[in-house]
Amino acid sequence: MAWYTNTTAEKKKSKKQLWVKCKKCHSHVYTEEWKENLNVCPICNYHGAISSHERIKLLFDKGSFEELFDHISPKDSLQFNDLKGSYKDKYEANIKKTGINEAVVTGKGKMNGTPVVMAIMDFRFLGGSLGSGTGEKILQAANYAFDHNLPYIVISASGGARMQEGALSLMQMAKTCAGVARLNKKNIPYISVLTNPTTGGVSASYAMMGDINVSEPGALIGFAGRRVIEQTIGEKLPDDFQTAEYLLDHGFVDSIVNRKDLKDYLSNVLSYYNR
Amino acid sequence: MGQKSDHAVMDKPKVKKNLTPWDIVQISRHPKRPILQDYLSFMAKNFIELHGDRYFSDDKAMIGGFTEIGGQKVMLIGHNKGKKTHENIERNFGMAKPDGYRKALRLMKLAQRFNVPIVTFIDTPGAFPGLEAEERGQAEAIAKNLTEMASLEVPVVCVVIGEGGSGGALGIGVGDRILMLSNAIYSVISPEGCASILWRDAKYAPDAAEALNLTAKALHNHGIIDEIIEEPGEGAHTDAKKVADLIEKAILKNIKALQKLSVDELLQKRFEKFSAMGKFTVNK
Ligand SMILES: [Zn+2]
Repeated sequence: MAWYTNTTAEKKKSKKQLWVKCKKCHSHVYTEEWKENLNVCPICNYHGAISSHERIKLLFDKGSFEELFDHISPKDSLQFNDLKGSYKDKYEANIKKTGINEAVVTGKGKMNGTPVVMAIMDFRFLGGSLGSGTGEKILQAANYAFDHNLPYIVISASGGARMQEGALSLMQMAKTCAGVARLNKKNIPYISVLTNPTTGGVSASYAMMGDINVSEPGALIGFAGRRVIEQTIGEKLPDDFQTAEYLLDHGFVDSIVNRKDLKDYLSNVLSYYNR
Repeated sequence: MGQKSDHAVMDKPKVKKNLTPWDIVQISRHPKRPILQDYLSFMAKNFIELHGDRYFSDDKAMIGGFTEIGGQKVMLIGHNKGKKTHENIERNFGMAKPDGYRKALRLMKLAQRFNVPIVTFIDTPGAFPGLEAEERGQAEAIAKNLTEMASLEVPVVCVVIGEGGSGGALGIGVGDRILMLSNAIYSVISPEGCASILWRDAKYAPDAAEALNLTAKALHNHGIIDEIIEEPGEGAHTDAKKVADLIEKAILKNIKALQKLSVDELLQKRFEKFSAMGKFTVNK
């Protein structure tokens, strides 16, 4: 950019792009360093949001990922309108913004040589909410794993069910779990990776059903929202409530794994699968 | 319509036609609306209540046991609301904790062992949103039920009798046949909760109720429920015995049809039923 266009607003903008402010320790980290560190704070190890495509690059052997079921996108079957407008406008804007069709990307590929089927949720798309299209893709990927006898991995990042689809979204919880049940019956491994956040209807369905549940450090994981619980019990909750560490302590996740170690961790676990 | 039936209509209490979804929400939560125990007293013979999840407690918000409905032996499980204040406190207003969902699953597995059909009655504002519920794994307990119910080898008939509150309802709601009373509701979130998030104000709950498609009629149109049981008069509270009768008939009819299927057919059909739920766009 030429020096003469460098107004105050431009300066602010370029400063914002140059630095990332960590949401946890509030340190300013060079964007380049932040990205090189996989959107993880180099100072406090806060695991920031990461897109499905960055996640794929991180987890799969180079060039091995093949996307499946990308022809599915949302539908405004209830013609849902709130004060801010229609659900249709909302998801169309999200498709444009993110370049993906739904809140999950599904496909197959290799991790350190091990073939797997994977569903990677993307929080940027309507808060990773579980809609009919999301559930359909997660089920179809499970069915693909079932048909091809491949291990299945789901990486969750979701605020829960997608309200704008009413009970249709609620039923995705049962639908995805029906897919998991079939994998269980056939002794096909299913690993769930719970990232920040995994809450509501997603935590209360496939995300908690892993044969192995893994989480990233500090991830928010829980069924009911903190505010609702505080209103119910009339007191403040401890700071670590519903964190990955809290869940590990209470026996609901097997391990907390740093983002940079996730690929090796998953392929290492799957090396014990012997069928 | 002939004169006779006109006269019959006039004799009945005045029924408001074209109820709005918000009206139906009110009826589903009516303080006099029949609860599980009312229906049990009318239709269940020899109720052998079974207690406890074998892990932590006996959740009184969820009850179950063997019983006979119209001569048919079943495992009956349901959310247990109360009517009087002390009942509601003891039963936590029908909001089950993980212990309740785990008890329900234990009884469903027992039904499978005994080869007895399962009937569930759904009536809850939602799963309990409390500290100890989270601590003991509310999410895991519900998720486990959804997964295990998908492969239960006996017929499962679910009846939504009042409030079908989100995951807390679905936690005992994965069945081969889903029946619903005409003034019951079933929703992904309460209208108040939805309004306070999407409208930023709970006072828009009537708008949210409309938008959420939470009535039996709407859910039937969307393929989420299989059958609507019409309530008489102004709602089930005006004639609980009659409603019990209608529910009993519907349960028996559906169990009978399901018992004709082999276990493999039953499981395949249940899988297909839930696989087909939801609507999305398929792009070329
Ligand atoms: Zn930091």
